[in-house]
Amino acid sequence: MQRLTLLDGPKFQITIQRLCHQLIENHNLFENSVILGIQPRGIFLAKRIITELKISLPDVKIESGNLDITFFRDDFRRKEGLLLPSSTEIDFIIEGKKVILMDDVLWTGRTIRAAMDALQSFGRPAKVELLALVDRRYSRHLPIEADYIGIKVDTIASQKVIVSWKETDQEDKVILLSEK
Amino acid sequence: MAEAIQTLSTKHLLGIKDLTLRDIELIFETADTFKDVLNRPIKKVPSLRDITIANIFFENSTRTRLSFELAQKRLSADIVNFTASSSSVSKGETLIDTVNNILSMKVDMVVMRHPYAGAGVFLSKHVDAQIVNAGDGAHEHPTQALLDAFSIREKYGEVRGKKIAIIGDVLHSRVALSNMLCLKKLGAEVMVCGPSTLIPKYIETLGIKVEHDLIKALNWCDVANMLRIQLERQDIKYFPSLREYSMLYGLNKQILNSLDKEITVMHPGPINRGVEITSDVADSKQSIILDQVENGVAIRMAVLYLLANQRSK
Repeated sequence: MQRLTLLDGPKFQITIQRLCHQLIENHNLFENSVILGIQPRGIFLAKRIITELKISLPDVKIESGNLDITFFRDDFRRKEGLLLPSSTEIDFIIEGKKVILMDDVLWTGRTIRAAMDALQSFGRPAKVELLALVDRRYSRHLPIEADYIGIKVDTIASQKVIVSWKETDQEDKVILLSEK
Repeated sequence: MAEAIQTLSTKHLLGIKDLTLRDIELIFETADTFKDVLNRPIKKVPSLRDITIANIFFENSTRTRLSFELAQKRLSADIVNFTASSSSVSKGETLIDTVNNILSMKVDMVVMRHPYAGAGVFLSKHVDAQIVNAGDGAHEHPTQALLDAFSIREKYGEVRGKKIAIIGDVLHSRVALSNMLCLKKLGAEVMVCGPSTLIPKYIETLGIKVEHDLIKALNWCDVANMLRIQLERQDIKYFPSLREYSMLYGLNKQILNSLDKEITVMHPGPINRGVEITSDVADSKQSIILDQVENGVAIRMAVLYLLANQRSK
């Protein structure tokens, strides 16, 4: 197993800050925008982004929540093992809002498709955007692209991209795992 | 994604007897999220889009059938309903023939209620579909027991260590047997209470306490699960009269207020108001009867979701 570090240390922090600045450019003071982290790994990214946004915008209240997509996935019964749900926490109205979905890795696009379906259960958003820390290019199964991208990487299907967070895994890091 | 390899240990849900403690916990954890789904503006998820379920009821039912049907619709399954009274069963068709005919129309799962104990087990050996037992005679009613335990868990935080008294016609009640098995597996203490004619012999061997005095049972328990007198299953007289039964084993507000603690009252329905429970108790704040019904849909969604995953892929 080969481990290649794609992003860590100060560069990781700069990437997060750049994403925050791009969000502020488009959403000003987040008056009509909400942030949703996709369960289970997108919520760490969403939390970090919100923490960083609060440093730039200390007096602004940003609405945020977690979205679980388990029941909307298209690979139920096609995988080994069971898809176990996580919790969805959305304590506000989505109708008419600009929703920013956040996930750590954008790969086939199937998770995002499921997230957009799941979102429908909570109303009709005015706009849906996607922020991904890592974009695995040229591997999409669906016509889905992110609006905000941390880093772009070229990978093959057998490789894995793993994002770890200092809050839960001691270290901010993006690594690429390859067989042999 | 959290893809720990976790599944139920069984392909069918025939009774609580076949479930492990982990199975029951898995069903509860899944039901928690489905309860969440049921409180959304749009109460529907597409998980079972490619599954067809037949609801086969050889016995009357309101709650269970509606609850299963709603659970299936909330999961986007396709369903067909069948009741024995309006079918070819009255023309002499056997159970296996009936079900095989339904299965040849490409049905993946069968939810069945039947007046004979073991009908579900029998069917599971002869047909190629997953069977969910919705009550077989006086044997088991697993989803009811699961939703009862789920409601206790919701009220008290956990089931372990709680004292539950099952009161009434224990002998004819499938709810009682499934409840006893389920609660024991979850680590609760269980007592049955009723006239000695309606308490099965040797029930103590399951680790169940027996009490014939209603007041003593109520003073002992945290939760009282009141059962209906199942006159339709009683071929002989088990007690002199309903009036006498009601005087000795009926729960009324006066008795409830005389206890030194506040107990929770449950009932699997249908209620015979004025027999095993009076209206002022059934409609009181201590009763969680309607919560049980609400939880029933979430529990059945969880069971169907988890079982669907067991189908060959």
